[in-house]
Amino acid sequence: MTDMTVFDVLLWVAFPYVAAASFIVGHILRYRYDKFGWTSRSSQTYESKWLRWGSPMFHYGILGVFAGHVVGLLIPREWLYFIGIDEHTYHLGATWLGTVVALITIAGIVILLARRGAVRRITRVTTVMDVVMYVFLAGALVLGTIAVIQFQVLGEGYDYRGTVSPWTRSLILFQPDASLMVGVPLIFQLHVLCSTALFLIWPYTRLVHVLSVPVWYLFRPYVVYRSRDDHRGARAIRRGWEKSPVIESKHPKQKQRVGAGR
Amino acid sequence: MRVMAQMSMVMNLDKCIGCHTCSVTCKQVWTNRDGMEYVWFNNVETKPGIGYPRYYEDQERWNGGWIRNKRGRLKLKSGGRLKKLATIFSNNDLPTIDDYYEPWTYDYDMLVSAPQTKNGPVARPKSLLTGKDMSITWSGNWDDNLGGSQETAHGDPILDHMSEHVKMEFENTFMFYLPRICEHCLNPSCVSACPSGAMYKREEDGIVLVDQDDCRGWRMCVSACPYKKVYFNHKTNKAEKCTLCYPLIEQGKPTICSETCVGRLRYLGLMLYDADRVLEAASIEDEHELLDAQRSVMLDPFDPEVIAQAKRDGIADDWIEAAQNSPIYKLISEYKVALPLHPEYRTMPMVWYIPPLSPVVDVVSNSGADGEDVRNLFAAIDKLRIPVEYLAGLFTAGDTVPIEHSLKKLAAMRSYMRDINLGNDANENIAHAVGMTGEEIEAMYRLLAIAKHEDRYVIPKAHVESARDLEDFACSLDTDGGPGMGGARSTGDVLATARIPGTPIDATVESFHSLKNLTDPTEPSTSGRMNLLNWNGKGITNGMFPPPADSGSPA
Repeated sequence: MTDMTVFDVLLWVAFPYVAAASFIVGHILRYRYDKFGWTSRSSQTYESKWLRWGSPMFHYGILGVFAGHVVGLLIPREWLYFIGIDEHTYHLGATWLGTVVALITIAGIVILLARRGAVRRITRVTTVMDVVMYVFLAGALVLGTIAVIQFQVLGEGYDYRGTVSPWTRSLILFQPDASLMVGVPLIFQLHVLCSTALFLIWPYTRLVHVLSVPVWYLFRPYVVYRSRDDHRGARAIRRGWEKSPVIESKHPKQKQRVGAGR
Repeated sequence: MRVMAQMSMVMNLDKCIGCHTCSVTCKQVWTNRDGMEYVWFNNVETKPGIGYPRYYEDQERWNGGWIRNKRGRLKLKSGGRLKKLATIFSNNDLPTIDDYYEPWTYDYDMLVSAPQTKNGPVARPKSLLTGKDMSITWSGNWDDNLGGSQETAHGDPILDHMSEHVKMEFENTFMFYLPRICEHCLNPSCVSACPSGAMYKREEDGIVLVDQDDCRGWRMCVSACPYKKVYFNHKTNKAEKCTLCYPLIEQGKPTICSETCVGRLRYLGLMLYDADRVLEAASIEDEHELLDAQRSVMLDPFDPEVIAQAKRDGIADDWIEAAQNSPIYKLISEYKVALPLHPEYRTMPMVWYIPPLSPVVDVVSNSGADGEDVRNLFAAIDKLRIPVEYLAGLFTAGDTVPIEHSLKKLAAMRSYMRDINLGNDANENIAHAVGMTGEEIEAMYRLLAIAKHEDRYVIPKAHVESARDLEDFACSLDTDGGPGMGGARSTGDVLATARIPGTPIDATVESFHSLKNLTDPTEPSTSGRMNLLNWNGKGITNGMFPPPADSGSPA
């Protein structure tokens, strides 16, 4: 491509890969060294009345946003044509569903942020990393919503499935094509960059809890049993907590499983 | 039959004087940390009263424990698995910190640093959540000794189920104390509600614990526990709970709350139970039968069949012997004087209580009659409906019969032993009236009244201990904000912060440094002052006294 600069390659190839590497390696390191810090950092014990509205709105909204992005970015449009979803149907669905979901999500995060600012107990435990994360999270949400409203609702409609989507897939397939992103409207570009930055900082924020969705709970027996010998987690066994082979051989070790404790 | 062992506790409420020593010592050991200021793994409630957290017994409000559905199966009252995941973003059954109380400290510095004024300086209460001035309106035992309970106790869910007359009268009638810890249930609803699988029941001794590395702060355990004995650490954002002092139990030592109980009213020991029958017993339809159902799950440790099966299930010989000598087995299964707390929650709790006879004795004595005469006491138990019904609401899902049996045994013991103590002939009829023999009564008296240390606590050691483990015990739970009280902040701090995550702490080195600091506390916690807690009593060290007013000029 002739009109591609080094800067474009940095923005649309290097930066996403750096973010992806940070996302993956960061999670592994955090899991390895900071399982104790891996939590949803819920503030519900401080304040519940606003959270019970804001939190489900935001979370269900963001799950919808995620689903929409999977369909729009990862699934080639030809596949959707094949199952009968043509350009027009997709456009209508994506625009209207997308707008509704985006507004719910934004309303949710506004409630949550307002609560965080207004309730001193919560403000007091908000960390710098929380603030940084909220800037990028809210930024990506707002930029994305503006893009949808400006181009899809009010404008002619921008065909991101011809540019942004193939670019996303080109990254995943390790055949990055930065030129696809060069002519994309600024607001879409900013949305993509903001989201990429969010992925970059993800593992170092409270967002780690997203990877802990406890789906396994649905399939587990209610009561979990564990032997005191079970050592789980990545920490090295601390001195004083390792098994003593001498005494163990003297007495038969109590070892018996009930249910399917992990 | 599948035999499992459960470390259990019985508390003799007749002897509880409500001194809160158990709560204080427990707090010092386990919850004296940031994020846990409002938490009492052990608390003592005045009954009647609304408890801690407020109204925790009202399951219509908190949806704790289990319910039996139409098909006769148990379901978490707060909803099944799918509902748990669907409501994971906001747990509407969760108590907020205000339902416990807003923790506070005092502006102590004001007392020494205030300028000279006409009036003495005051240490004002400051909220530990906001750092601002606050007015104290509630705490962990605000209605202690029925203080202010004219205002609050009408919310006591047990009183709610009793008549209007009782509600007006209770304050003149009776009062007793209820110390509470985690129940370490056989069918724990907290464990069952944990989406992460971070909570578990230990196979060896049944202690219910939270894996601090696995907990993700979904908070379902806090609301699912009907006793509200799982707490949310608002600094680490993880669940924490009473551990039954397992590091001590594993060494054969009693828990902190038991060891420091001045009334010597706590008993610790093993119970063998049939794990296969727990669910069936917890699902029995009639709530009044839950007590007997749970008793039937407990196994007789002298039964040769049980012993053989216990051995097959990997329970060591010394543990079986400990189960045979267990004071818990005697109180629950032999004498049948101990009763579970709120069996209607269907969690099969394993901290049981001997109901207090003292309210009854007080009434008899205050009326001028002989409070140790068995006929007077029996008549009073039959006649005094208020305490009996209240106790039934607490311990037997409303069935007064087991309460009467238990109280009558205590009354019989009182009368029977009085005759002996006065040098009269023992009256076997008293023993027979409650279905016991004189010998049994005397054995029960030794256990309940004499209550020797070795009789109260029959705790077999865990089978992995070694001398070296004991040495390093002190640092094993050291994590920032973790249950190990946040590590050696003032003494061995150099090592604590410099260590690479995941590597063990060498306690020997650390204690060496601590000792060095003790002899020369050059690093006081407040600059310019000396921490007296670290002072070894030898000599004068820096910061012990304020510098001379005019250090520049000779005196």
